[in-house]
Amino acid sequence: MTNSPMTPGVAPARLAPEDLSANFADLHPPLDDHEALVAADRCYFCHDAPCIAACPTGIDIPLFIRQIATGTPEAAAKTILDQNILGGMCARVCPTETLCEEACVRELAEGKPVSIGQLQRYATDTLMAAGVHPFTRATPTGKRVAVVGAGPAGLSCAHRLAMKGHDVELFDARPKGGGLNEYGIAAYKSVNDFAGSEVEWLMQIGGVTLHTGKALGRDLGLEALKSDYDAVFLGMGLAGVNALGAEGEDKEGVLDAVNFIADLRQTDDLSALPVGRNVVVIGGGMTAIDAAVQSKLLGAQNVTILYRRSRAEMPASRFEQDLAAAKGVRLVFNARPVRITGNGRAQGLEAEYTVSGPDGLTGTGETFTLPADQVLKAIGQTLDGVPEGLKIEGGKIAVSGAGRTGVAGIWAGGDCAQGGEDLTVAAVAEGRDAAEDIHQTLMGG
Amino acid sequence: MADLTTTFCGITSPNPFWLASAPPTDKEYNVRRAFEAGWGGVVWKTLGEEGPPIVNVNGPRYGAIWGADRRLLGLNNIELITDRPLEVNLAEMTRVKKDWPDRALIASLMVPVNEDSWKAILDRVLETGCDGVELNFGCPHGMSERGMGSAVGQVPEYVQQVTEWCKKHSDLPVMVKLTPNIADIRKPAQAAKDGGADAVSLINTINSITSVDLDLFAPEPTIDGKGAHGGYCGPAVKPIALNMVAEISRSPSLQGLPISGIGGVTTWRDAAEFMALGAGNVQVCTAAMTYGFKIVQEMISGLGQYMDEKGFASTADLVGRAVPNCSDWQHLNLNYVTKARIDQDACIKCGRCYAACEDTSHQAISMSQDRTFEVIDAECVACNLCVNVCPVEGCITMEELSTGTVDERTGKVVEGEYANWTTHPNNPGACAAE
Repeated sequence: MTNSPMTPGVAPARLAPEDLSANFADLHPPLDDHEALVAADRCYFCHDAPCIAACPTGIDIPLFIRQIATGTPEAAAKTILDQNILGGMCARVCPTETLCEEACVRELAEGKPVSIGQLQRYATDTLMAAGVHPFTRATPTGKRVAVVGAGPAGLSCAHRLAMKGHDVELFDARPKGGGLNEYGIAAYKSVNDFAGSEVEWLMQIGGVTLHTGKALGRDLGLEALKSDYDAVFLGMGLAGVNALGAEGEDKEGVLDAVNFIADLRQTDDLSALPVGRNVVVIGGGMTAIDAAVQSKLLGAQNVTILYRRSRAEMPASRFEQDLAAAKGVRLVFNARPVRITGNGRAQGLEAEYTVSGPDGLTGTGETFTLPADQVLKAIGQTLDGVPEGLKIEGGKIAVSGAGRTGVAGIWAGGDCAQGGEDLTVAAVAEGRDAAEDIHQTLMGG
Repeated sequence: MADLTTTFCGITSPNPFWLASAPPTDKEYNVRRAFEAGWGGVVWKTLGEEGPPIVNVNGPRYGAIWGADRRLLGLNNIELITDRPLEVNLAEMTRVKKDWPDRALIASLMVPVNEDSWKAILDRVLETGCDGVELNFGCPHGMSERGMGSAVGQVPEYVQQVTEWCKKHSDLPVMVKLTPNIADIRKPAQAAKDGGADAVSLINTINSITSVDLDLFAPEPTIDGKGAHGGYCGPAVKPIALNMVAEISRSPSLQGLPISGIGGVTTWRDAAEFMALGAGNVQVCTAAMTYGFKIVQEMISGLGQYMDEKGFASTADLVGRAVPNCSDWQHLNLNYVTKARIDQDACIKCGRCYAACEDTSHQAISMSQDRTFEVIDAECVACNLCVNVCPVEGCITMEELSTGTVDERTGKVVEGEYANWTTHPNNPGACAAE
């Protein structure tokens, strides 16, 4: 007996394997040579280009696009990777519609920006397919740096440090490196194990040793790291998840969206993943969108995103909202969860409408109930296990300048540290800049 | 990446990309920005003789033509030589050269055709520490009406005479900039060589009117209802410049005369093409005026990558590499037979190849009900027009028929040996050519 989207409760294999693989194919298939030339031709090579300013890593976008246009995508890739060593992943996952492409002058002129993200992918894919790693290490300095967290911030930091000639020990709590590139992010944005390949490619620089299964606070102590190494960079991200604060949160079927996404990313059989007939996702960020869309793609019949504020306030971009809507996800704004109903197992979600006023967000008193076999919580992550001795502000490690914590010899960046948006590209920039600062500090600047 | 260091008529610069004498090189401010951006050298905006400064028009100086998406393809100008005092330019050149010793700094000169004037200006520019001089015998507008610029360049005897004076009165390398507004570019090049020139640079701009205002009935750029011809440059003139460079490169009597290639260089590829045809370096203007000085970064990375791929250790390995393959029509192999091939997977079924062939060529492409376009070998003369009008790169290609196969159009077996017009039976002069 086979399951379908109509199968009650939570069930695997709601769709045929071929439909599942079609659903989880590349969201934006790569540009071919002709498409890349046509897209590149649209770039005006603006002076002091707004797209560069809008990129957290400051990639020289007009230059790399011109290098594509003149038939040298490998040179284009070098231009990208000089600034952003994870330029391949960022090309796939950056919300370009709110970064470089939003700033593109052709967005202003015609409402249709140059396809910067797609072109970036074209260039980096070309170089990586050729197996080329265009960077070499400087003369060894004899300095050793511990980098905690092999996500975007840690990888970026480790690579830059290795390039400068330092030896890097890179630690990660999970079984694989890559961080959210590997465990977060919708599967259709990073197909064919791109995250894993990119880490492998990045490690070709040499001088970086990856130790997996090593968590700070469990397997590693900050004090020991500090005394064993010349510098420490913390980029372990946010391992904790915010609580819903709604009645019935402990019922079966109520899950953290990040875990749902991680399971999806790590599975080698999409048919084995159970998903509810009725799924409600709570939250308004990219994680909410990724969890909702993927629930729908796995075969859930009804998927609803419940966001407590208005559409205009939703952190997920309009592009992401439209993507969700196009996949059949229903977006409900100005509503918050009150309780999860069901006998031991989630069956419904009672929600209340909200309004924003001078006293902040308040409930209107009007409630409604959605059927919910699964409730996915995507209301933000928190710093888990704050290392002793570090100053915390706004729930994150306080930093100044290029990721300097108040403690000498310890830098931090990425989602676990203050500043910047919680985006892959921002983490890459922070890791890179911290590495430059560590280098200056170690070498007596 | 390959080392792009280039030595051109004794002048070494970190790359072969120089800015041509033109508005971008008129001031210290601009030139410093250019060097900061990475340009290997600069030919300063042409200096005239001491005295009251040159006066320019106060209306538009430039006219343009555009391709799709308003891409600037050709630029025309009616600007004269520098309109700033000689003293100011000389002082700025001195300062810039002192601060940028590794970059080439060339003084471009244009004074009346008499020995004293040339001696006087040479004495002055020597003081700047510049690496060489370029004699501007090219500007086709304004100054030519006063007996300078192209008015000199169009008379080989003048070219030779002035070159001789410059060699006599200075030890600096002398480069002669040639005007393309002439029937045979080899004549002024020969005159320059005979006068002792160390190099020639070409092309200067081409006489042109870019457009006509159809309300005012006046050429553009229009100054108070009137227009004068200007000098045309930019990507549109590149083919003309390439041919003139090649003409000089392959002329036996001009062998060894260094050439600085100018004319529409916009990308690394353009530069490489000029160099393959014998240019020791290139000069750029319109690309910088269109996109800013940063454009040189693409030229540097692109040429470096190309040289790496080809295994060229220095730019000298590239220079002149295509010259032996520049030939005359009469020596082209008439036994080389090709046919157009359409890649059906790449074809987007626009039908442009069909329209071009059916209406204006040889009716050698068929079109089916479902818009499949195929080459009819029995009609295809291999003219290449379909390749040129196809909007998809690489969709239509030319395939060589191998020896022994039958050309369906002529019914003849393709012969393996080379045979050209000089020996062709249809050539009445075939015997005489032997």
